[in-house]
Amino acid sequence: MTPPTPMATEPLLQVRDLRVSFALDDGLVRAVDGTSFDVMPGQVLGVVGESGCGKSVTMRAILQLVDRPGRITSGEIRFRRDGEMVDIARLPPRGAVMRDIRGGEIALIPQEPMAAFSPVHTVGEQIVEAILLHSHRWGEKKLGRRDARDITVGLFRDVGISMPEQRVDAYSWQLSGGLRQRAMIAMALSCKPRLLIADEPTTAIDVTTQAQVLGLLRELQAKYDTAIIFITHDLGVIAQMASYVVVMYLGRVMEQGPVDDIFHAPKHPYTRALLRSIPGLSGQTRVALPVISGALPHPFNRPAGCPFHPRCPDAMERCAAAVPRLLPVTPNQLASCFLHHDEAELP
Amino acid sequence: MNEAAAQPLLEVRGLRKFFPISKGFLRRVVGHVRAVDGVDFTVKEGETLGLVGESGCGKTTASRCILRAIDPTDGEILYRTRDGRTVDLARLPPGELRPLRAEIQMIFQDPFGSLNPRMTLLDNVGEPLLVNGVTSRTERTERVAELLRLVGLRPEFMHRFPHAFSGGQRQRIGIARALATNPRLVVADEPVSALDVSVQAQVLNLLLELQARLKLTFLFVAHDLSVVRHISDRIAVMYVGQLVELAPTDALFGQPRHPYTAALMRAVPVADPRVRGQDGILGGEVPSPAAPPSGCYFHPRCRFAQDRCRAEAPALREVAPGHFSRCHFAGDLTL
Repeated sequence: MTPPTPMATEPLLQVRDLRVSFALDDGLVRAVDGTSFDVMPGQVLGVVGESGCGKSVTMRAILQLVDRPGRITSGEIRFRRDGEMVDIARLPPRGAVMRDIRGGEIALIPQEPMAAFSPVHTVGEQIVEAILLHSHRWGEKKLGRRDARDITVGLFRDVGISMPEQRVDAYSWQLSGGLRQRAMIAMALSCKPRLLIADEPTTAIDVTTQAQVLGLLRELQAKYDTAIIFITHDLGVIAQMASYVVVMYLGRVMEQGPVDDIFHAPKHPYTRALLRSIPGLSGQTRVALPVISGALPHPFNRPAGCPFHPRCPDAMERCAAAVPRLLPVTPNQLASCFLHHDEAELP
Repeated sequence: MNEAAAQPLLEVRGLRKFFPISKGFLRRVVGHVRAVDGVDFTVKEGETLGLVGESGCGKTTASRCILRAIDPTDGEILYRTRDGRTVDLARLPPGELRPLRAEIQMIFQDPFGSLNPRMTLLDNVGEPLLVNGVTSRTERTERVAELLRLVGLRPEFMHRFPHAFSGGQRQRIGIARALATNPRLVVADEPVSALDVSVQAQVLNLLLELQARLKLTFLFVAHDLSVVRHISDRIAVMYVGQLVELAPTDALFGQPRHPYTAALMRAVPVADPRVRGQDGILGGEVPSPAAPPSGCYFHPRCRFAQDRCRAEAPALREVAPGHFSRCHFAGDLTL
């Protein structure tokens, strides 16, 4: 696993003050409301948060896949490409550059592989199609269907699918959940991406299969040195996979830092509360767990000020009035909380 | 609630549920899915028995048999009623089953799908009362108000519809409905798995509190080991339709006596980056319950498997007081 990368290397991706909103009939939903983070080359960045925290929308924005009525309203998504930074947020979603980045340089492993594969084409055909679309990533030589099929078989072998020559001709519904997710990973890797976005890749599968898939992702990450953004709501998965962690709540980054600091020295009250509220495999049973009071607010009813203040045990008067900025609070960690600094976002 | 004196409220013996697989124009039966294939356990009054396993292991089918939502193929489900009789739910005719339905209730997994969106909370929570003969609307309203208060919701909410509530609140509504008829046994099938982490703890705490207050007995079905561990007095582990291990919670986690249980525990990702384990990941996949392997169902994935495991199916036997395991070598393995 990569150690937390020092500032020396240049980031692969820089998200700066990203805002995505959905103009619905009943009002405006600010799904992502000023999110900033970096991804270093070869790093596994864990993004953790509960439903509605904007983690999936942020990832869709990085791929320019936000569907109407959703829209990137402001912010930058700078991606390093051939030595220079391009701002994905400014690229036309259907333009040639974006189509080259999407699937080619940034690939996605979706949560539900059953829904992601077409049921009327074999999984092999679908991966061959992706390889042919981005064939220049496999070198100068023009690739034919047969070459692409050979590559697919090789990928299947890499992701631990037994009998790969037969399995490429299977339909997604003929594969078990674990195999289907492995095939999805093969498809994501098919164009040698530099950044892989895994959106809850193990949420829909069983715990013993999850352990296999996580092991596989770790192995492939080490082999290909691909950067991974790993999105999940499961703190256990984050602790096992990520080297650096971003904690999100209601579209904003609450805290970010190296995985060990986040789990052993969390600075933001939300991170602390989240870590306390999960039952583990040790500790006392059948006693009341510490809870985060209240519920996630309805998207139309975003609280003013810090989004977490109505549920925060340490909330102060100021938290309801101003939004704290995300600033360094230790040499390694950043937090957006007035407990640690006084700077508010500009209104 | 661990008194040794507690009597069994429910005793399941040799429970089986096979679903036929039919093929062809004549729908000829060509095989069976052995969804539940030999499950034995007891649930003592006032305790929580956790039933845990991966998808397809038969935990939900077993719980549905106990509720008689489906009819079991074979086996006995002995239930001690409020008036002290012991009846076999597996064979009870519908007429005699009906009055017992008030005593055995269910909490569902999906807080969005299990409430009628066209009914107010009053009607959703009050319907089991109406079905059980509480025809006076004032009486029902009073009881629903009391139930909503019990689960931590404001009684004023009763005239609203389910869509106005969050997942956690809806799960509270589902719990209020399950409690409407003063049940003794509550079967909860994955009651917190659809909830966010911060809300999950609230609902688990509520279930523990209600159990203590109302002397409820829980059969808690779930796939999440840490949740089951937190809430259960004893835990039963299922694999391919069979019970493979049953033990008090501390004994099960302290010293598992079945290789599958041990593998399941190792597979749970620990929420601590300093504990990064890679060893002992279980290979292979769960076999199909339509064509289970010979001998012990777990032998193709078991790292301790011997010739005997391939040939001879192990029985569930008591390896320590109250600790049962379906493994030939339960006593000798260091897991």
